[in-house]
Amino acid sequence: MAGRMVVGSAALAELVRPASAPDPAGGHRVLPVRPELTGLLPHRGLRRGSTIAVGVGQPRRSGGTSLVLALLAEASRAGSWCAVVGVPTFGAGAAAEAGIALDRLALVPNPGPEWPTVVAALIDGVDVVVTAVPTAVSASVANRLAARARQRGSVLVPYGRWDGADVTLQVVRGVWEGLGAGRGRLRRREVTVSARGRGAAARPKEIKVWLPGDELTRVIPRAAGGVAGVPTATPAPPRFRVVAGGPAARPRTLAGSA
Amino acid sequence: MTGAPVRTLLLWCPDWPVLAAEIVDGVPATDPVVVLHANRVVACSERARAEGVRRGLRRREAQGRCPQLTVVDHDPDRDARAFEPVVAAVEEVAAGVEVLRPGVCALAARGPSRYLGGEEAAAERIIEHVAQTCAVESQAGVADGVFAAGLAAREGRIVPPGGSPEFLATRPVEALGRPALADLLRRLGVRTLGEFAALPAGDVLARFGFDGALAHRLAAGRDHRPLAVRRPPADLTVTADYDEPVDRVDAAAFAARTLAEHLHERLAGYGLACTRLGIEAVTAHGQELHRVWRHDGLLTAAAIADRVRWQLDGWLSGSNGRGGARPARPTAGIIRLRLVPDGVLAQAGLQSGLWGETGEERERAHRALSRVQGILGPEAVVTAVLGGGRSPADQVRLVPWGDERQPARPGEPALPGGPARGGSGAARPGAVAASGGVTRLGRSTRSQRAVPVPPWPGRIPPPTPAVVLSTPLLAGVHDAAGGPVVVSARLAVSAAPARLVVGGGPPAEIVGWAGPWPVDERWWASAEARRRARFQVCLADGAALLLAVEGGQWLVEAIYD
Repeated sequence: MAGRMVVGSAALAELVRPASAPDPAGGHRVLPVRPELTGLLPHRGLRRGSTIAVGVGQPRRSGGTSLVLALLAEASRAGSWCAVVGVPTFGAGAAAEAGIALDRLALVPNPGPEWPTVVAALIDGVDVVVTAVPTAVSASVANRLAARARQRGSVLVPYGRWDGADVTLQVVRGVWEGLGAGRGRLRRREVTVSARGRGAAARPKEIKVWLPGDELTRVIPRAAGGVAGVPTATPAPPRFRVVAGGPAARPRTLAGSA
Repeated sequence: MTGAPVRTLLLWCPDWPVLAAEIVDGVPATDPVVVLHANRVVACSERARAEGVRRGLRRREAQGRCPQLTVVDHDPDRDARAFEPVVAAVEEVAAGVEVLRPGVCALAARGPSRYLGGEEAAAERIIEHVAQTCAVESQAGVADGVFAAGLAAREGRIVPPGGSPEFLATRPVEALGRPALADLLRRLGVRTLGEFAALPAGDVLARFGFDGALAHRLAAGRDHRPLAVRRPPADLTVTADYDEPVDRVDAAAFAARTLAEHLHERLAGYGLACTRLGIEAVTAHGQELHRVWRHDGLLTAAAIADRVRWQLDGWLSGSNGRGGARPARPTAGIIRLRLVPDGVLAQAGLQSGLWGETGEERERAHRALSRVQGILGPEAVVTAVLGGGRSPADQVRLVPWGDERQPARPGEPALPGGPARGGSGAARPGAVAASGGVTRLGRSTRSQRAVPVPPWPGRIPPPTPAVVLSTPLLAGVHDAAGGPVVVSARLAVSAAPARLVVGGGPPAEIVGWAGPWPVDERWWASAEARRRARFQVCLADGAALLLAVEGGQWLVEAIYD
C-alpha cells in the first residue's frame, strides 16, 4: 500500500498503540487471525484495506458462518471493532464462543435497499465489516466498496459471491464428530478450507482446521490423553492459551497446502 | 434523644378528601358530601356532619341519615395532587415543610415565628397566604412535637413552650389514632392521655409492645421525631417554546442541540448525569409525542440531537411502521420541545477501558454506527448481549446500539469465551462454566457479581450453532420405513430417525442423531408454556442441525453452520 511510507508525526502516531493490540513484525496494517488460518492469507492476517471474501457453498452445509467467526475472532479480541451486515440469523452465542467480543460487534440484520450506503458508512469507522452479499450487486458498486475499504484501511469480508476479492475462502468439506446413532453430541468439525485469489495469493491453498474445535466440549481432562472416539493423536492446546513462539501454536493445521 | 421536642407549627385542612374532591372534580364541598373507601365513610363535609353523618358509617347508613348526600370515591392520589399547591403556598412563606399526609403539613416553628414576629403572627400569616393563594381553609396549631401540634391544630391553639404534657393530659386516648389500643386502654380504665402517660414506661413496653411504647411517649409529650423536611427536587427539565412552529425535522434537531447543551450545563451544575432521557414534543394542535431513550454512557449534545431527529423523523414520516404502534402523523408544527432527564445519577466520570478500548477507535466506530442508525433508524443497528436461556435464541438479546447492554434473562452465557477464560478447557456439557463474564467492560462491572445466576438446566451444550433461525423451519422426520418419527410424552422415540425433509425440499439422509433432550418451560403459566424435545442430527452431506419437536411438529431451530 501507498500508506506504508509514513513520515514525521504520523510515524509517531503509528508507534503509539493500545496495549491490547500487540503488533509483532507485520505492523498493525495486518489484523491478527487465528494461527490455524494464517497459512491461507497472503499476509498471515487480515491486511487492512483488503477484501477477503468467504464463499457460500450449498445452503445448510457450507460452514461459512463458522469460518467468518474464526476470521474475526483474533482481531476482535485484540480490540478491533467489527460489524456484520445482512445476516439476520447470526448466532451471537457462537460468536462469543469463537472469541469475538460482543460489545465491539455491531449487527445490522436487515439493511434493506440501503445496503451499499450502510456498508460504506461502516467501512468508514469499523475495522472489519462482514456483509452478506445481496443477490444483485453490480460490479461498479462492489468495486466502489472495495476501493473505499482500501482507502479507509478497513477489511471488507463479503459473505457470498464476490468477484475481485483479494482472497476468496471457501469451505470445501465439513465433517462433524461426536454424534452417533442415538448417542453422543456434536463436538467438533473438521473443515477443509480452500483459498484462491490474486497476486500473492494466486496459488490455491487448502488446509484442514477444526471449526469449532473441541476445546469447548472436551470432557476428559487433558492429562488423561485423547478423547475416546476421536482419532487424532495429540489434543490441541486450548485456543486461547498463550504459546511462546508462533509456529508452536499450530499443531491443528493437519495438512499443509495442497 | 436529648433535648426538648421540636417546636412545631402544624397546618391542618379539615375534611381534606372532601376539599380535594371539590378542587379536582368540582364536587361542591358546601353540599353534603361523603368520601367513601371500602363502603365506609372516610371524610364528610360540614353539612353532612350536621345531618348526623360520621366517619366509619356504611354508605347505606350515611344515605339514610342524609338522603341528598353526594358520594365520592376515595382517591389518595387526588388528595395528594390537590394538596401540592397548598404545600407550595406554605413554602412561599416558610421553608422546610414536611407533608405528614394529604391535608396536613408541619414545619419547624422557630424560623417563621422569629421572622414574622411571633408564633401567632406566623400561623395567621400562613393560614392567610394559603387561603389567598389556594382558596383553602385551614387551621394551625403550635406545640412541642408533631403529635401535640396536630391536636393543637384541631382546636386552633398555640400551646406555650413546655406546656404540651399538660395540654395532652386531658385529651382522650382515642387521640392517639390507634383504635385497638384506645379500646383496650379504655377497658383497662385508662381514659385520658395523662393517665396513660402516668403508667411506667417499662410496663407499657412489656404489655403493649413497641407501638404501645411509642404511643406512650407521644402521650407524655415526648415526641422526639425530627421533621423530615421535604426538599424540593431540582427541576432538571429543560423546555423550549417556539413562536414559529417548527415543521422541519432538521430544524427541530438543530433546536434540540441548543436545548441539549442547556441540559448538560444544568446537569453538570448539580454534578449529575442521566442514563435515560425523555424527549417530549408538542405540536401547535396539542398533540404530544413522548419517548424515553436509554443510553449506556452519557448522551452528548450531538447524540441528543440525533435522537430528537430520529424520534421526529419517525413521527413526521409516519413510516417505518414496524410493530404498527406509531402515533398518527402530527397535523401542525412543533411549538415546544422538552428534555426530561430520567434515571439521574451522580456523575462519577466515565471510566475508560484500561487497554484503550475506549479511545479513538471507539469514537470512530460510534460515529459510523450512529450514521447507520441515522440511515435505517435506531433499532436497525444492534449489539448482542448473552444471557441465560435454554435455546440458542433465548440466550441472545439484541439491543439497539447505544442502549444499556442488559441481558434478557439472568445467567451466565454458556461459554463467554475471550481472554478471561483461564485455560479451563474441560467445561462439562450443561454445567455452568466457571468464568468471569467478560462481555461487560470497565464501568458496568460494579454490581454484577453478587447476584446468583440461575443455571438453566437443559440448555443446549456447546458448541452453539452459528446460524440461529428467528422463525423455525417446519420439517418432517421419518424412520427407515418411511413412517413419521414420534416422540411420546414419556420421551420414547418411536423409531430411529432416518430421513429429514425440510419444507418441501428433497429428503436428506440422517447419519447421526442424539436426543430427545426435553425442555419444559414455564409450565406454570399456561399462555407461555412450551414443552419441547430437542435433537441434534447430522446429515449425510455433512450438515448438522438442531431440531425440536413440539406438539408433534418437527422444527429446525438452528444450524451448526
